[in-house]
This record gives sequence, C-alpha cells and structure tokens, in this order.
Amino acid sequence: MDNRSFYNSILTEHNLRPSNKRELPGANFSLEGVNPNCGDDIVLRLRVEDGVIVDGAYTGSGCAISQASADIMLDLVIGKTKEEALKLSDLFFRMIKEKVTEEELEELEEAAALSDIAHMPARVKCAVLGWRTMGEIFAGDTPSQA
Amino acid sequence: MITKEIRKEFPLLAAHPELAYLDNAATTQKPEQVIRREEAFYREKNANPLRGLYALSEAATREYEEARELARAFIRADSTEEIIFTRNATESLNLISYSWADAFLREGDEILVTVMEHHSNLLPWQRAARRNGAVLRYVECDAEGRIREEDFRAALNERTRLVSMAQISNVLGVENDVKHFAALAHEAGALFSCDGAQSVPHIPVDVKALDVDFLSFSGHKMLGPMGIGVLYGKKELLEKMPPFLYGGEMIEYVDRQKATYAELPHKFEAGTVNAGAAAGLGEAIRCYEKLGFDAICRREKELSRYAFEVLTRVPHLHLLGPREGEAHNGIFTFTLDDVHPHDIAAILDADGVAIRAGHHCAQPLMKFLGTPSTARASLSFYNTEEEILRLGESLSTVRERMGYGQSQLL
Repeated sequence: MDNRSFYNSILTEHNLRPSNKRELPGANFSLEGVNPNCGDDIVLRLRVEDGVIVDGAYTGSGCAISQASADIMLDLVIGKTKEEALKLSDLFFRMIKEKVTEEELEELEEAAALSDIAHMPARVKCAVLGWRTMGEIFAGDTPSQA
Repeated sequence: MITKEIRKEFPLLAAHPELAYLDNAATTQKPEQVIRREEAFYREKNANPLRGLYALSEAATREYEEARELARAFIRADSTEEIIFTRNATESLNLISYSWADAFLREGDEILVTVMEHHSNLLPWQRAARRNGAVLRYVECDAEGRIREEDFRAALNERTRLVSMAQISNVLGVENDVKHFAALAHEAGALFSCDGAQSVPHIPVDVKALDVDFLSFSGHKMLGPMGIGVLYGKKELLEKMPPFLYGGEMIEYVDRQKATYAELPHKFEAGTVNAGAAAGLGEAIRCYEKLGFDAICRREKELSRYAFEVLTRVPHLHLLGPREGEAHNGIFTFTLDDVHPHDIAAILDADGVAIRAGHHCAQPLMKFLGTPSTARASLSFYNTEEEILRLGESLSTVRERMGYGQSQLL
C-alpha cells in the first residue's frame, strides 16, 4: 500500500499550522473526544447562535491525522447551520466507509484530502475524531459551559 | 550463520521481499518447517489427543507430548509435569492469577510488580488483588530501565506473597536480573513469577538456574504458531493449586456433585488442546536447536549493536532505555520530535518498513516515562543490516515528509 500520497500537503499543513487550534472564550458547546488506544485527545468548542455555528475551535494533541482532520472540519463547518454541518459529517463518514460521488467529494472541499484513509483501517478513528465529537455535541444539543 | 540462507526458510519473508519486518517483539515470522509440521498434524495425525484408544489418537497424543518434552528441555525444567500448555503468555499469567492467587492470597497480602510490565503481567494481578483484598505494589526503574536493588528490597516485605517480573521488557529491551530478584523474593518468603514472553525467544532461559517458581511464554514470538504458549510451574506448587478451567480431559472421576482431577500437567489443560499448534511449537524449538541458540544470540547481539548505532544517528530521534546497543536485546523504542508514532509507522509502512507504534500494552510505563505513545522496532536473527539501514533512512525523512523543515539524511 502506498501512503506517500496520504500525508499530502493539505494534511501536513493543517497539522503544522492549524487555523482553528485555539481556545474559544465565547463557546457555548464543548466536548472532549478521545481515542484511548492511540492517545488522540481533543476538546472541540463551538459557538452556536440561532442554529448557526458562528465560531469553532479545538485544543488537544494526537497524531497528524486526528489534528488536521479536526482543523479541516472546523474550516468547513464554521458559518454553516447545524443541519448543514451534520450533512457534511454524514458525507465525511460515507467517504471514509464506502463511496461518495465526485460532486459529494467536492462538497467536502479539503476534507476530501482524507479520502485515502479508507485504505488504512487502523487510522479511521483518528480521521473521524473531530467529526464524531461534533456529532456527539449536537446529539446532546444542550448548551454546556465551555 | 548465513542470514540469506535462513531467510529462504521463511515463506513470508520470501513472499514479501520488499518488506523489512521489524515487529518481531509482537510476533515472529514462521519457518517453513513449522508451518509444515502444524499442517502435517492435521493431514496425517489428526485425532483428539489423550482420549482415543486407537492408533491415530495415540499418534496425535505422541505428537502433543513430544512437543511438551521439547518445551521442557528448552527451558531446562525437571519434568514434563511442570509444563502446562496454554494459549500464550497472557493465559499462563492468568492461570497463576485465577488458580494460585485466588486459592492462596489473603486480605492484606501483597503482589509486587515492576512499572515496566506488559499489561498481561499487570491486569491479572490487579484482578487478583481486587478479588482477594490484596495490595498491588510497584517497583520503579530508572530512565534506562534499571531496577535498583535497594528499591526492590524496599518494596518487598513480609506481606509480599508473589513477585511477577518480565525478564526482558517489551518496551525498553532491558534485561532484569531475574535470578537475583527471585532469590531476594524467596528470602522474603514470596514466590517469583517470570514473564518470559520477550526473553525465552532470545536468550537461553534455565528455570532451575534462575530458580523461578513460574515462567510464562508464548510460542508465536519464537517462530511457533499463534495459539500455543507455556506455563512452567514448580511441581510442588502446581500440585497444590486448584484447576483453572474445568471440563473434559482434566478429571479422574466425576460424579454428580464433585470430581477428582487428573494428574499434572493435564489438571490444567481442560478441553481439547491445541495439538496442531503444539506440534508447530515443538518444531520451532527444533529450529532453534538446528540453528544453535549461541549463534542466534550472537547474531541478535550484532544486529542490536548495529541498530543502536543507526538509530542514534537519526536526527531528532530519542531512544528509550539502555545507552548501549546489546542491552536492548533487539528492542528499540523511540520517539521522533513533533511526529506522532502512528504517523511514523504509517510513513515507514509506505517505505516497506513494518514497526509497532502505540503504548505497547504498557501504559503505566509510558506514563512513568512521560511519553503517551512511542514507536518500536524489534529484531530477530533473520533481520539484516540492510533492513536496519532502511529503517534509519526512512526515519531520517519522516519529519521532512511531515513538513518539519529539512533534516539531514543519514
């Protein structure tokens, strides 16, 4: 298996210079997401107003895939409604677990750079950590103290 | 020892000529003759061993018991009654926990382990301590993995009933002076259980010379098949211990409410045994004899020295454990600045180098060392200098490929 292409510049850039890795003082949702086996550990924070994710950020540590994927996800969902974000999340999971169409892949923008993770089953949980955590936040759906 | 010739005996190595397999502490590859022996059992001798009163079943029994004799001789035990076949070292350690500990541990008794133990030599004791109101104590090591005698003595006391310790750490590669620690444990009135999962495959282990009460090891880490392991126990101890699992083939007489149990070692081998894998393990031991343990040790020491040299030249790489190559016993655990070990392993995989990454089933040690996760390359005598060099070269490019500036190549 060739994963040279896997650690592409999109992924390494988001890992090295994340745009959303920071505290988020005004957050009204926050949740920790952990992969106990690899030690990926993030706290995802969102500020949601009138059903729109007006801002988001994460802190934590872990492998490049988990960190970059969370960062890319935030780039995508900030400014979107909760429903739009969950639809993207659904797309992302489908991209990794099965197949999506070319147009769907385009909707995922930079997150599509992670599509090859499907060939690395051991790393899937790293790639979905941020998305899974966001899903859990909205499943709970009651604002929490950040 | 001609590595090139030896490698031809391993079908997997032949099937993947591009692969540098450096995860031997997890499991070794299997020689052709081991694979064939297990297969031949099912092709030519398959019947339920120890039961049938017909020639075929007797042949199956002979094959199984021959493997037991080979295992006995391999670790220099007195009697085959002291050799219990299990699935692996984990099951062997659990057998001690469920049988010996549950029968003999009392409230306030203590079990002593070291901070460098594999989970398989920790969780059985956590369970036994919880179940019996006993205390699980730890002795710590220094940064190079050495356990100091005074620390060990300080952790021992008159309540210590059992000490369980790895002979070679699966993370640091360091060898503990089991003979000395066993003598100290005995002085204090405690039993000594040795986890030999990483030592039995790589150094000669003599249970009489070490004077350990129990020794656990796995067949699959020493050229044998998965699903077969050994528990050695001193006969007088095993005789006093109640069975671990109950069922067929471990009984003498059974009536509706009670039973008397079979003699050793069968008392601890309930149900149909894994005779095919045992036959394979027996053959693996024959491979060790054929190659010569001395030659294997010499070669592995040579490779260890070389790997230490190569790895210490990789920029930004931090090696855990001993500051000297041979003392690593083929096990090299490391971190690389800024790069998560899972990313290291994935990038090396792209270069055809297979290593382990994660917590190596030793989370308390990882916490103690302050590294949540690490990467590990582990050697066997069939590895080559070229493979180790490829490991070093690949590692030298990882940071760059992850976008962390230029690092100088080997």
